[in-house]
Amino acid sequence: MEFLSDIASLINSTLRISTPLVFAAMAGIFAERSGVIDFSLEGKMLMAAFVAAVGSYFLGNPWLGLLLAIIACVSLSMLHGFASVTYKGDQVVSCVAINILIIGLTTALAAAWFGQAGLTPTLNEDQRFLEVNLPFAESLRDVPIVGTIYSDILSGHYIFVYLAYLTVPLVFWVVFKTSFGLRLRAVGENPSAVDTAGINVFAMRYKALAINGVLIAFAGAHLSTAVNANFFREMSAGRGYLALAAMIFGKWHPKTALVACLLFGFTDALQIRLQGVELPAIGEIPVQLIQALPYVLTVVLLAGFVGKAIAPNAIGQPYIKER
Amino acid sequence: MATVDKSKVPWWVSNLIVPLINLILALFVSGLFIFIAGENPFEAVRLIIYGSFGYIEGFAYTLYYTTNFIFTGLAFAVAFHCRLFNIGGEGQAYIGGLGVFLVAINFSFLPVPIVWLLAVMGAVVFGAAWAFIPAYLQATRGSHVVITTIMFNFIAASLMVFLLVDIIRDTTQMGPHTIALPEEQWFPSFEDFAALFGIKIRYSPLNISFLLAIAASVFVWFLVWKTRWGYEMRAVGHNTQAAIYAGISPYKNIIIAMCISGGLAGLLGVNEILGVHHKIVAGFPAGYGFTGIAVALMGRNHPIGIFPAAFLFGILYQGGSEVTFDMPNITRYMFVAVQGVIILFSGALENLFRPQIENFFVNRLNLKAKA
Amino acid sequence: MVHQHFMLVENFTVLENIILGFEGELVFGKNLEKAKKDLKNLCDTYKLNIDLNSTISDLSVGFRQRVEILKSLYRGAEILILDEPTGVLTPQEVDELFKILRSLNEEGKTIVLITHKLIEIMDLTSEVSVMRQGEMVGHTKTKDTNKEQLAEMMVGRSVLLRLEKSQVKTGDVVFKVEDLTVKDDLDVIRVKNVNLNIRAGEILGLAGVTGNGQTELLEALSGIRKVESGEIYLDGKKVSDSQNFLDPRELKEKGLAHVPEDRQRMGLVTDFKAYENLIFGYHDQKPFSKSSILNHRDIIAHSKKIMEEYDVRPQSPNLITSNFSGGNQQKIILSRELNENPKVLLVGQPTRGVDIGAIEFIHQRLIDMRDRGAAILLVSVELDEVLSLSDRIVVMFDGKIVGEKENNNVTDRELGLLMAGVV
Repeated sequence: MEFLSDIASLINSTLRISTPLVFAAMAGIFAERSGVIDFSLEGKMLMAAFVAAVGSYFLGNPWLGLLLAIIACVSLSMLHGFASVTYKGDQVVSCVAINILIIGLTTALAAAWFGQAGLTPTLNEDQRFLEVNLPFAESLRDVPIVGTIYSDILSGHYIFVYLAYLTVPLVFWVVFKTSFGLRLRAVGENPSAVDTAGINVFAMRYKALAINGVLIAFAGAHLSTAVNANFFREMSAGRGYLALAAMIFGKWHPKTALVACLLFGFTDALQIRLQGVELPAIGEIPVQLIQALPYVLTVVLLAGFVGKAIAPNAIGQPYIKER
Repeated sequence: MATVDKSKVPWWVSNLIVPLINLILALFVSGLFIFIAGENPFEAVRLIIYGSFGYIEGFAYTLYYTTNFIFTGLAFAVAFHCRLFNIGGEGQAYIGGLGVFLVAINFSFLPVPIVWLLAVMGAVVFGAAWAFIPAYLQATRGSHVVITTIMFNFIAASLMVFLLVDIIRDTTQMGPHTIALPEEQWFPSFEDFAALFGIKIRYSPLNISFLLAIAASVFVWFLVWKTRWGYEMRAVGHNTQAAIYAGISPYKNIIIAMCISGGLAGLLGVNEILGVHHKIVAGFPAGYGFTGIAVALMGRNHPIGIFPAAFLFGILYQGGSEVTFDMPNITRYMFVAVQGVIILFSGALENLFRPQIENFFVNRLNLKAKA
Repeated sequence: MVHQHFMLVENFTVLENIILGFEGELVFGKNLEKAKKDLKNLCDTYKLNIDLNSTISDLSVGFRQRVEILKSLYRGAEILILDEPTGVLTPQEVDELFKILRSLNEEGKTIVLITHKLIEIMDLTSEVSVMRQGEMVGHTKTKDTNKEQLAEMMVGRSVLLRLEKSQVKTGDVVFKVEDLTVKDDLDVIRVKNVNLNIRAGEILGLAGVTGNGQTELLEALSGIRKVESGEIYLDGKKVSDSQNFLDPRELKEKGLAHVPEDRQRMGLVTDFKAYENLIFGYHDQKPFSKSSILNHRDIIAHSKKIMEEYDVRPQSPNLITSNFSGGNQQKIILSRELNENPKVLLVGQPTRGVDIGAIEFIHQRLIDMRDRGAAILLVSVELDEVLSLSDRIVVMFDGKIVGEKENNNVTDRELGLLMAGVV
């Protein structure tokens, strides 16, 4: 039975840890599918975490914090769009700039306003998102297997966890089953073809970036107003890059990106679980090895050893309308 | 607005005025940030200038930071000439440092100057090796070097922490660092230099690596503009099709450019390990790799520009320290933000006001000619 | 409009490509079914025979073209403009296309066919307009004219530039091309079993309308593109076949020089200074560099000398190349390649976008080269140029060599007919 509860807790951790990755990967998919490189997921996630925590603290309501985070992230995406789409600047440089800027600014402002070296005040219960208990979770807990699955695994997560996994089919539907999605994908593959069809390439990219901003905001808000009760410096801790890796690993497709996110989340959950544990024959696995695994896997994929990761055709190239 | 005839724009407008205006814009925005944080931007500027120039140790610190920024700035610039974005400076510096340490520890029986020479080579070789795989994958399989180098940064961090915690740790201490190198191997510091003249100054991390950085700048200048390899790298970077026509191999040049870039980043390890800490300390690259990107962009990827840009960032870092000392509301992270703003205005938005500025100067010069 | 370069998204299906921008509704559903039905009707009416669910990347070029036609029809086009549609098609595909076009015509659609192939014009059209050097020079009903008249209108009366051209004793065959077949980047065969011989001291002119395989031929001959089959010999030794080929650097060492058709995309690095372009491709040889270090002083001295010799204006080796006019840029490339006294010189469109003064200068230089014993292949779409300079002329049409003539008394009309595919 202990084994079963171990498995349950591992699954729980995986779902929770993967949540910000899922939101970020979905955000990345929208931007990149429209042809705009987005390496600034890390910075935007951090910004969202900061704004959500601070907003919730001052306004007393986590939903308002989330709203402010959405506004902040959409603004950042628009800035990136402005630099890349309208000004045709280098998209990679723009992303690097945003990441560095946000790391600095969020901690600096937190320190300046709250004086605790980058920590924002702890949020009380009203200012946070709490775990959601599904109906009948308590009473069903003792039912064998089904009860464990329902009560211990499915129930009791933060709302963002549920939202994340519901977002995936929604994203899939939008990108592959609507005309908006068709145009989105076309813009990322062959903007000239889209232009000759009478669609505004720039407008499409800005819309994609707006959606990107909304989604990544959820990732950041999850970190600071759900899992934790405040913002602390650099709390995104590389998750934005991990999400990038998951997106590439998932070949820019929501379903496979989800699998990649879960895989990466699992390695993280596993690594925590395995610390100090001696496995038979192998001995103790260095925790850093497991931590490095997602990154190594991504490089292997990019090298083409595990199938080809083909990016949207027109990615990274500013669209220049010929007169 | 009429487009400017590019040939009529004087070089000093494109390469001095425009970057200067971009910098001023960035500083203006930074001032706003400081104001939002609740402090007086002008007071902050005064403190920055005092902290970086006002006393000899402060100036030494400034030059110490400049050293690191020169290495990472040169690294990014060299790869950029081949149109490659090497974001992996952090990781390459980290692994370069490993090279320095391993050489110094294992060859300590050799005379010190030889050890230094070998250690520098070790830094370059290890740094280049860390850049080699992303380079190879880009050249042969088209894997985007930006993503692979970012991944390799994380892999380097994990690898080094593993080594520092498990393998090469100084077991008599608690922290994740190695044992210290024997004292005779330590690079002469600025303190030592001043002592030669009988001047006693306080500690600063400035050491002869600064001279190594200047040598590296000269080397890069020579390599990129005076040798055939630099010529070919630039050709591939500007126009790959034409390079193929001329019989220049893009494949070979991508790998060479990245490896030299990685080697330059590795030299940061020489400064940190032989010059400052005298051991490998976890996390010693401390963001210098990313700042190098800003330095290179501001310096327009030329050593002549990189030196002042590195110096500027040195001032920001050291002066920034002084500010954080005296203004409790401002932490060093504010200066990380400033760095981000500078990259934004010098890099991504560098053409924001370029047409207006160039237009202005061309018209003024035309008017003068007519008069 | 059906462009030469298709406006299709590679990994979409035919259906998705066609409805792009005309989806009718946010969500696919009923409207998709209606679109499918409408398209099926169009396909049947015009005998297009396309599977709506196939992915573009799986389709041949001929079928992709049909998708473009279908796209235009679905979007309600009454007038269909096709720009050189048959260049990428096999003969069977051409027949199929014409059947489709005829049936479109029967249903009342107007078709504008842009082409230089006279057989197609005589075969398919009811009216013809001829455009030459940007001007409309003739308009007639097809049944009132014939190929010879059209060829003459296309090509005009050539104005031969006065050139000093002496009779030269030609030497041995220095450059030999045997049965060469070359594909382009999209895997379409562009050069079909071409045979060429060039002797020392002669200029072989290759005439033809753009897009008949000249570009791919030049790329294969200069070591930039691999060959599918056939061989290339320089000075009797094989330099290229389907297994191996020498790259441009190795070919330079063997005495081959190449002035490319597209000077900005291939022949120059426009961001480089003039002196850097003057040694482009030769930068690692003496005297320009010694043990890999560039010899700046010698390079500048050489540049000044050459710029004066070839009258490159302004004579500033340090000026960025993009600031030079087209003609002067061309002279930079020419001076660079000619300076090495190559045994074989491949030249593509040497006077495209060049002013008249520079044209005469460049032509004279080519004659000088020939007089000194070089074997020159001149590829040009300008018939005047070919007639002025060549000792022998071949014509390339649809990837094949369709005519070979000595350049005495050959007329524009003869060449025009060959260039337009009339054998």
